[in-house]
Amino acid sequence: MRTIIYGHFTDDSDLLGAVKILQEKGIHIADVRTPFPVHGLDAVLKLRRSHLPKVAFIAGVIGAVLMFSFQYWVFTEGWPLIFGGKPYSSILSFIPGTFEITVLFAAFAMGIAFLVRSNLGPGSIPDILDEEVTNDHFQIILSAKDNTLSETELAEALEATGALDVKQVNTKK
Amino acid sequence: MEKQNIPEPVPFKFGKILKTYLGIAAGIGLLVLLIAIFVQQLPSARIWANLWMNALMFLFLGLGALFFWTVNTLGESTWQINFQRVMESMGITIPFAAIFFVLAFPGLKDIFEWTHTGNLDRVLQEKTPYLNMPFWMVRFAVYFILWSFFAWYLRKISVKNDFEPHEKYLGRLRATSGWFIVFFAISSSTAAWDWLMSIDAHWFSTLCGWYIFSGMFVAAIAVIILITIAFKKFNILPNVNKEHLHDLGKYLFGFSIFWAYLWLSQYLLIWYSNIPEETVYYVERVNNYKTLFYMNLIVNFVVPFFALMTRGSKRQPLYLAIVSLVVLLGHYLDLYLAIMPGAVGREAASIGLLEIGLPFFYLAVFLTLFFISFEKAKPVPENHPYAIESSSYENI
Repeated sequence: MRTIIYGHFTDDSDLLGAVKILQEKGIHIADVRTPFPVHGLDAVLKLRRSHLPKVAFIAGVIGAVLMFSFQYWVFTEGWPLIFGGKPYSSILSFIPGTFEITVLFAAFAMGIAFLVRSNLGPGSIPDILDEEVTNDHFQIILSAKDNTLSETELAEALEATGALDVKQVNTKK
Repeated sequence: MEKQNIPEPVPFKFGKILKTYLGIAAGIGLLVLLIAIFVQQLPSARIWANLWMNALMFLFLGLGALFFWTVNTLGESTWQINFQRVMESMGITIPFAAIFFVLAFPGLKDIFEWTHTGNLDRVLQEKTPYLNMPFWMVRFAVYFILWSFFAWYLRKISVKNDFEPHEKYLGRLRATSGWFIVFFAISSSTAAWDWLMSIDAHWFSTLCGWYIFSGMFVAAIAVIILITIAFKKFNILPNVNKEHLHDLGKYLFGFSIFWAYLWLSQYLLIWYSNIPEETVYYVERVNNYKTLFYMNLIVNFVVPFFALMTRGSKRQPLYLAIVSLVVLLGHYLDLYLAIMPGAVGREAASIGLLEIGLPFFYLAVFLTLFFISFEKAKPVPENHPYAIESSSYENI
């Protein structure tokens, strides 16, 4: 059980300005939700870089090794056939398949990792505070727990930056 | 993004020290050529093939840069404005490449088998409607006249916009870029047939034009990166920041993969179908140039693929410069493998003093022309509406 305060903006530059004002006051911002990526927001919020590229690389390597060894096994042990007089283990002919599976593994791993990490995808219950965020509103979320200020003070500070319909809700998370 | 202090730009002067260095480099190149002719007494085919190869590399750098610039202009991209003059000045070298080609003309009989009109076999006889000297010369002239015209005209408009800014110039730049790309799309392929594929006149590959183009593009980007980093280091282009290098690095990374893709596509299909008149090209190279053949793949694909994979690597100027240099040398090797086995043959071809030393002459001439041209205009286009965005954009 925790109390969070959120407010809305209708323009991304207003949002960036508000985030900077709040940070100057020493207020910790729990989260910012936007309908599209806002340039410069990551740097202002000091977010860490995403680990998705690493996921892609590892999954790609796994895919490459799996597909290559699978083809090698099929064409030398499992079901050896001679194609056009080529030797059984013709590495060159394994390359296109290996490439495709590398891309497939990397793409699927990135997609799945992204859905799991951001609590989207089938079966998950999204914690959307206000449906306007999915349309054209930008949302700043403050948590009373992270800040020394009281809830009303936080709401006032948020309103002072020009936020619309500032609300206070209790959530289980 | 934290604001960085951008130092005052230092005006570029093509000074005495630079001229001395380039003079020494050119001298080394010429000396090596003279040694090869008079002291080593190399076979004439090898000397002519070397002149031909270096002329091609010289052309590729200018032509690739011009293509890169025009593509970005046509796409109305903004990020390249801060180092656009580097590409413009590289494009200016194209007409001078024609001179180097003409200098190698006396050796055409040594390089191209199809020029021996007296005793052509049946395959080459049937190719004469395309591969004959008059038509070949006409094509040569058309390519160079049009490429040079585009390079000169685009540069002229771009500089004109500095003094009398008007949107009509930007529109004209865009439109002319479009026409250049249309012409380049066809001429880059046919020029590759004329000047490289017809060295192995019996052999043919519909992919050859693209393959040569991809190598040219990567080599040109590598040179753009090297010059841009050097100019940034000496504060001639202080507005070039890590974002520009990051994007240039992405191009180097991506098009190295594209090159490898085309290399594999060409090799795989010829290997699969196993038709003698196609495989002869690779049999020659795999059997007699084994080390270089596989080194080509490692230097031009494996090295840039792993070295430039991470984000940090593309934003590190020194690191990016080293990889660019390796890739540039790699594409010189690629050109060597495309020309020498057919033009010289296994007995005479090897990498010796001539192959290593002669490029210095061409490089010195290239840089001299580049610097003269770069000195004439402002280092960054002035009054360009996209200049602000080029200085402030960020890679996410």
